[in-house]
Amino acid sequence: MVTKKKLMDSMMKERVFDIINCLFLIIVMVVTLYPFLNVLAISLNESTDTVRGGIYVWPREFTLNNYLEIMKYDNLVTGFINSVLRTVIGTILGVFAQAMVAFTLSRADFQGRKFVSTFLVLTMYFSGGLIPGYMLIRDLGLMNSFWVYILPGLVSAFNIIIIRSFMDGLPFSLQESAKMDGANDFTIFYRIILPLCKPVLATIALFVAVGQWNSWFDTYLFNSMNENLTTLQYELMKILDNTSMGGNVDANQMRPNEQQQNQVSPESIKMAITMVTVIPIMLVYPFVQRYFIQGMTLGAVKQ
Amino acid sequence: MANTSGKAITEMVIIKEKEKRRSFWKVFKRQKTLYMMSLPFVVWVFIFNYLPVWGWTMAFQNFRPGKSFFEQEWVGLEHFITLFTDERFFMALRNTLAMSLMGLVVGFTVPILFAVLINEVRHSFFKRTVQTVTYLPHFVSWVVVAGIVTKMLSIDGGIVNDLLLRLGVIEKPFQFMAQETWFWGIVTVSDLWKEMGWNAIIFLAAIAGLDPQLYEAAKVDGAGRLRRIWHVTLPGIRPTILVVLILNIGHLVSIGFEKQMLLGNSLVLDYSEVLDLYALNYGIGLGQFSYGTAIGIFNSVVSIILLFLANGIFKRFSNQSVM
Repeated sequence: MVTKKKLMDSMMKERVFDIINCLFLIIVMVVTLYPFLNVLAISLNESTDTVRGGIYVWPREFTLNNYLEIMKYDNLVTGFINSVLRTVIGTILGVFAQAMVAFTLSRADFQGRKFVSTFLVLTMYFSGGLIPGYMLIRDLGLMNSFWVYILPGLVSAFNIIIIRSFMDGLPFSLQESAKMDGANDFTIFYRIILPLCKPVLATIALFVAVGQWNSWFDTYLFNSMNENLTTLQYELMKILDNTSMGGNVDANQMRPNEQQQNQVSPESIKMAITMVTVIPIMLVYPFVQRYFIQGMTLGAVKQ
Repeated sequence: MANTSGKAITEMVIIKEKEKRRSFWKVFKRQKTLYMMSLPFVVWVFIFNYLPVWGWTMAFQNFRPGKSFFEQEWVGLEHFITLFTDERFFMALRNTLAMSLMGLVVGFTVPILFAVLINEVRHSFFKRTVQTVTYLPHFVSWVVVAGIVTKMLSIDGGIVNDLLLRLGVIEKPFQFMAQETWFWGIVTVSDLWKEMGWNAIIFLAAIAGLDPQLYEAAKVDGAGRLRRIWHVTLPGIRPTILVVLILNIGHLVSIGFEKQMLLGNSLVLDYSEVLDLYALNYGIGLGQFSYGTAIGIFNSVVSIILLFLANGIFKRFSNQSVM
């Protein structure tokens, strides 16, 4: 009798725990999703009506005008094209280069292996810092150039280690038989190893692509003078304008500038631009989530 | 006799070395494709990652762009002395340490808790949905997150002010973004919102690796949910927790400047300027390259010291090393 009561008691407790836990997690989900829904709703609302406030998760006066409107902003269109270009080019070149280096490092017979590997891994532990990096880019003549988006970050030691650890798991006999047939190392890499590495390459490609799509600071630092080289994130940053980057430099110019921006771009327009930068990620995200997590756990193990 | 044999040995060593060298070139020739596939990138990394370290010499000069290295004026530690007497530097140091410490405490403990709670969900669809939703903000840029945070906290139509007004906590809209004292908290919470789900992944993976028999045994012994979490889950993922903690401590000073730069404004500058931003303002904004570099060096040295310290403490406790 007593034990039965105890059992009931503990079952009740488990129930209560489950309910509280679920409620908590639902709240977390709402807090995570609400801002996105709010931005979406405002971006689909008539911009003059938005000023009245009170838009939460559903537009009051539905319209697509805001999206049509932002297509007239020349800088945004250029920025969008550049963002797409840097994402595509940067990802293809980056993943190819990183896979190639990883391949040479996965070859136990490669005599330069130790040297190359140490040389690369060391870069994970130090960096020259902001100013010397800036001076280097300037001295290399990469300022005001599209290639500043692609070249500096092309070889990532961290990604190379992840790809290499995947390649280490492939049987060496595959390469040996190809070698018998007279294939050189590049052919072996390109024809045999690369196709087998698809899962890990997909993961790395996604990381690189998201990084490329989301970066704005390189535009700000190196290409802000050249409108033809602007990127979507940088344009968004300028339009949202929460920054006081200059600090001592342009603290005084901040205020009028901010007001100006506000006049030019109403709330709904700002939110429409925000959506444009977020939507590509939202579209691919559900399909590739699996790869992201794979990469994350793989990277964590390697750390 | 002994002399000649000694000579012979030296000769042999020389011959062997020659052979070794010859065989090095032989192998080099045979593996030239492999070399061609990796050496260009060694040069690449040398240019983009190693050359900037040479730029550290700027901190000890009065660097003038356009002059060659040998024409620069050397000033020794002058820039560092200026640095340590500048009030703004200590302000930036305080802001950096404060925000990184808050970020460490909150951004490290909450994901552990979150992972444990997700793990307790039995309904697998619900579990997956929670994960999918909470990982999402990680993939959104800081530009967007800063925009969203500003929108949510704004005085006209921001949900936070709306809710607080309706609940009667405040009587008129509160300007969150204009309060100096709120800035550190806003940065910490924004970071938590963006990264909580993502940072929980590593702990979830660790929990998934635990032996289910441990839970069964605990259940048989009459341990409830909370007791199982406390006595099985948390001790089980202790190694993972420690590794993540050490790595976070290593990054304590190098927290970056993106969030501070994007969320800050001129009203909260005294609380938003971190070391990197300070370096950026002086180094590039005002063209004082040498001074900016000195700040960068200080930053790097402190983070290396912290990393070694944390690693040392970790070694003492667990006989393991992260580095």
